[in-house]
Amino acid sequence: MTAAPTPGSPGVVVVTGVSRFLAATVAGRLAADPSVGRVIGLDSVAVPDAVAPLLRGVERISADERDAASAIADLGATAVAHLAITAAPDRTDDDGVHKERNIIGTMRLLAACQQAPGLRKLVVRSSTAAYGASFRDPAVFTEETEPRAVPRGGFARDILDIEGYVRGFCRRRPDVVGTVLRFAPVIGSAANTTLTRYFSSPLVPTVFGRDPRLQFVHLDDAIEVLVRAVTGDHPGTFNVAGPGVLTLSQAIRRAGRIGVPVWEGGLSAAAALARGLDLRGFSFDQLDLFVHGRVVDTDRLIAEFGFQPRSTAEAFDDFISAHRGGTVIPAAQVAAAEQAILDGIRQARRARSGHV
Amino acid sequence: MSEIAPPPGDLWDQRVAAGLAFLRGRLTGDYEVDEFGFDPQLSDHVFQPMLRFLYHHWFRTEVRGVEHLPEKGAALVVANHSGTIALDALMLSVAINEAYPVGRNLRLLGADLVFRTPILSELARKSGATVACHADAERLLETGRLVSVFPEGFKGVGKGYLQRYRLQRFGRGGFVSAALRTGQPIVPVAIVGAEEAYPMLADIQPLARLLGLPYFPVTPTFPWLGPLGLLPLPSKWLIEFCPPIPTDELAGHADDPMAVFDLADQVRETIQVAVRQLLTQRPDPFGG
Repeated sequence: MTAAPTPGSPGVVVVTGVSRFLAATVAGRLAADPSVGRVIGLDSVAVPDAVAPLLRGVERISADERDAASAIADLGATAVAHLAITAAPDRTDDDGVHKERNIIGTMRLLAACQQAPGLRKLVVRSSTAAYGASFRDPAVFTEETEPRAVPRGGFARDILDIEGYVRGFCRRRPDVVGTVLRFAPVIGSAANTTLTRYFSSPLVPTVFGRDPRLQFVHLDDAIEVLVRAVTGDHPGTFNVAGPGVLTLSQAIRRAGRIGVPVWEGGLSAAAALARGLDLRGFSFDQLDLFVHGRVVDTDRLIAEFGFQPRSTAEAFDDFISAHRGGTVIPAAQVAAAEQAILDGIRQARRARSGHV
Repeated sequence: MSEIAPPPGDLWDQRVAAGLAFLRGRLTGDYEVDEFGFDPQLSDHVFQPMLRFLYHHWFRTEVRGVEHLPEKGAALVVANHSGTIALDALMLSVAINEAYPVGRNLRLLGADLVFRTPILSELARKSGATVACHADAERLLETGRLVSVFPEGFKGVGKGYLQRYRLQRFGRGGFVSAALRTGQPIVPVAIVGAEEAYPMLADIQPLARLLGLPYFPVTPTFPWLGPLGLLPLPSKWLIEFCPPIPTDELAGHADDPMAVFDLADQVRETIQVAVRQLLTQRPDPFGG
């Protein structure tokens, strides 16, 4: 990246959700970028110690979204990166607080952006969950694909609402460059999400009779795309995913885990129960992903950003190499067994032909 | 680990080694699946060999007009649909696979019921099928695939034996607009033999409604013989590829309902005529 400020490069950047790894890394990268003036990290919860070192050079405001309005206008923000939208709730949150953080937080932030005359750019972290889940869905979603049905997962519904608000905001403020990034599930050696925890256990539950097509995006690529979205001008909606596809069964085999098929009705009941009992870690969002799968087209991202994320298989392999611990069937042992069987057969045949 | 040198030129040994390597690849997830879920390795090594047996030895299939298939690039293969369960689609995929020296894979467009059903949905995806919708049809055609569609849908497979080889209505002609929008040729195909493989004598509608199916078939063997009734009768099959209909001249008319209906009718008529001709060449449905 060049030191000279490019026309699109922002003076004051506000990044929301910096208590989390991804947003904190993006904020840190932007602060280290000489073409970016000031970087302000906004979060309603305290930044954990593990994340704090990433925020070098980032001014922190531990503001509630309620106070964000004054903050964004007072600071003279020229760009806002709204990364506080998350699929997995914090363990300390209850469901209502989580929904509040996603939806109400976005509404308040957009209201604040409306009041900031100097604002030129809005980058929003969205999710491919925006495409919903239906049996009549096309195999590959482009940015233009409309969801066929309202998804039953809470997060997917939040995402649809949030994107609606962002579209409304961009209509009201045509002078602001709006970038909506729909991320596939983020994975990588350092990522810690519900999905990575799912693949970390030796026995992996799957839906009986379903083998969904999955796509991942590597954590580093997700960060790179977010940084480029803030420092450059890329208006529009973009899918962000690693090219290529892994089926769930294939991913489980690559990870050396064992899939345990479970009847879908049972899983649905479990998901409903988990919601009722306020349990974490299992939701209709994940169940829908494991029944329908989700594959998106990334041509628009590659053409506009000039950046190709590493493939889904590469991203998954990187994740696996960091989680060797739970491997039940290591690939090396399978290869050794193959060689042993082949040698055994050859020896037996040689012995027989020797006798003849 | 000490490796034992393979006996040179031993075909049996090579087969064992290849088989073991295949199993290892499957067990460790070391294979490619495309964005539609198509698993070429599984298709080439497992599905197609099984279907080929049925194709050659059970149905004794004869193919005509393979020269009408494009040498390379995309085409929309449109066929009549019959025979209670959609075996004709699978036999068509074998015919096309064998029509090319390197073996090309036919990408079927299936009803959403297929993709709603557990297990079946995954078998369909892995063998190269996807949901019949504009987005997928056009994406496959744009990337140079051979795509097949059965516009009669359930009206075709679910018709009684008395109506055999009478083509049903061609739906809304959505397949035509997909071909027009992508400018790819349409290859009409007539398939004869599927009707006798599962002759549907009756349709128990109340039972079908109860099970959420479009029809509940009664054939000479099903449901009387239980799972054995799923075995198709050994009818004689003929498949004829008709001359391709180019669509590049009509490229701008994808949204013109008149042009779409006319072309759909033309395709339907071509297939109906070809089916009748094939029937005269096959006086005995089970002979030959």
